[in-house]
Amino acid sequence: MEKKILSEKIVGIKPSGIRKFFDVVSEMPEAISLGVGEPDFDTPWHIRDEGIWSLEQGRTFYTSNSGLKELRQEIANYLHRKQGIDYDPIREILITVGGSEAIDLMFRAMVNEGDEVLIPQPSYVSYEPCAILADAKPVIIDLKEENEFRLTAQELEDAITERSKILVLPFPNNPTGSIMDRKDLEAVAEVIIKHDLYVLSDEIYAELTYSGEHVSIASLPGMQERTILVNGFSKAYAMTGWRLGYACGPAWIMDQMTKIHQFAIMCAPTTSQYAAVEALRNGDEDVAAMRESYNERRRFVVHTLREMGLPCFEPLGAFYVFPCIREFGMTSDEFATRLLQEEKVAIVPGTAFGDSGEGFLRISYAYSLENLKEALGRLRCFVEKLRA
Amino acid sequence: MTALEERILNVIERNSRVGIQELAILLGTEEIEVANALKKMEEDGVICGYHTMIDWDKTGIEKVTAIIEVRVTPQRGQGFESVAERIYRYPEVDTVYLVSGGYDLMIILEGKTLKEVAGFVSSKLSTLDTVISTATHFILKKYKDHGTIMEKKVEDRREKVTA
Repeated sequence: MEKKILSEKIVGIKPSGIRKFFDVVSEMPEAISLGVGEPDFDTPWHIRDEGIWSLEQGRTFYTSNSGLKELRQEIANYLHRKQGIDYDPIREILITVGGSEAIDLMFRAMVNEGDEVLIPQPSYVSYEPCAILADAKPVIIDLKEENEFRLTAQELEDAITERSKILVLPFPNNPTGSIMDRKDLEAVAEVIIKHDLYVLSDEIYAELTYSGEHVSIASLPGMQERTILVNGFSKAYAMTGWRLGYACGPAWIMDQMTKIHQFAIMCAPTTSQYAAVEALRNGDEDVAAMRESYNERRRFVVHTLREMGLPCFEPLGAFYVFPCIREFGMTSDEFATRLLQEEKVAIVPGTAFGDSGEGFLRISYAYSLENLKEALGRLRCFVEKLRA
Repeated sequence: MTALEERILNVIERNSRVGIQELAILLGTEEIEVANALKKMEEDGVICGYHTMIDWDKTGIEKVTAIIEVRVTPQRGQGFESVAERIYRYPEVDTVYLVSGGYDLMIILEGKTLKEVAGFVSSKLSTLDTVISTATHFILKKYKDHGTIMEKKVEDRREKVTA
């Protein structure tokens, strides 16, 4: 018998659609882009300064596996003040290498082979592969434009089987910009409790909502004990490169996640953890200023897209707009590729985030207004050319 | 000050060229609301002008800027008002602040040459009866002005496409 050198499981996973598109774009250095999934702001200086200071002080050692105690305490304070949820900083909060690690940890800590992980799409690219790596069976729930890409109780109900174990709840959503408000969450929570599911609530964009405060599903009655809340510093504080996130949840799950983290990672970067303490203590104003700035751009992009006749629902979270391009009779991939070749603008096709993204584009507005104007101007030219 | 007025100020403080139409889009309101708010703030003197940030160093046109600390004797019944007014009436005086600390007035002065600025200080400023002393600091280089970093062009250091 032929010896299989590589893991069949990983070989069988297809690379992300983002990667494919990235390779095309990197061939074209002159292209301008609306393709990023990260803030355009620099990390606020006082936060960077605190990271630098920690290095000057020689704080260059491992922290405890779970992370700096003072950081976990600050996170507990933050979630109490923002969401009204109380976590024990010692046993219920784990500092991870970005929110991404927390996603991986939860699946690995909870899945037994064949358990089903319910993944609403379009959504962030890593849920499905991470579920597969954890030997889960990913079950995709295709979200619909008519619901503004929110998850409905009925859609969830329809996807549930006896093996359903975890629901991924990725709101505010990348790539659609969709949010779930309290009412939406309450409807879904009822189904979750009825079927005894657990929730991976990926709230990395929680600070970026534009119609009132984000509501975490963990704050609803009966939900905290069945939710792993994932958040981090990347989007809110413009700290993507620091690779720092966290997971909060019931101690008996966190214990197992911490075990994996301990053996695979050891601890999250120490410098980043010190910077993050400063972010939580003194960063509220920075977040508010960036949110206001995103909101201005969001209104500008939605207005401009509608003006050129590209339908889009009003996205109320994250920093993405998800316009529909079905009228042109092309796939998202064809549209994005031609737009790149003909107008030199890189916009990620919706299908990079799941099949249900077909017919849509993900436009990121984490760019300066000047950049947005230029890129949308080119998009307008392209659209008018297609219609002519 | 209404919330809308404050938000308008936050936008145009960074870029005064944003027009009424665009302000309305950015702030999610009607043009007429923006126009009225702008008019009111102009009339109230909240908005004092729409100036342009210029880095004259890059133009080849000679300009010298000095910050002058001035200690003065306040006038009976007038305090610092009359002396400040005597100073700010000179067109070459760009800025006059009353400040706390070791001196009273801080003046920012623009001139074509070092000699011109020095001449102003010695012949006009120092000779005022109320002026006790001056200390002139010539600006050698502007690194940052009005929140704008002068030297570096901001570039996008991000990868072009990320998830």
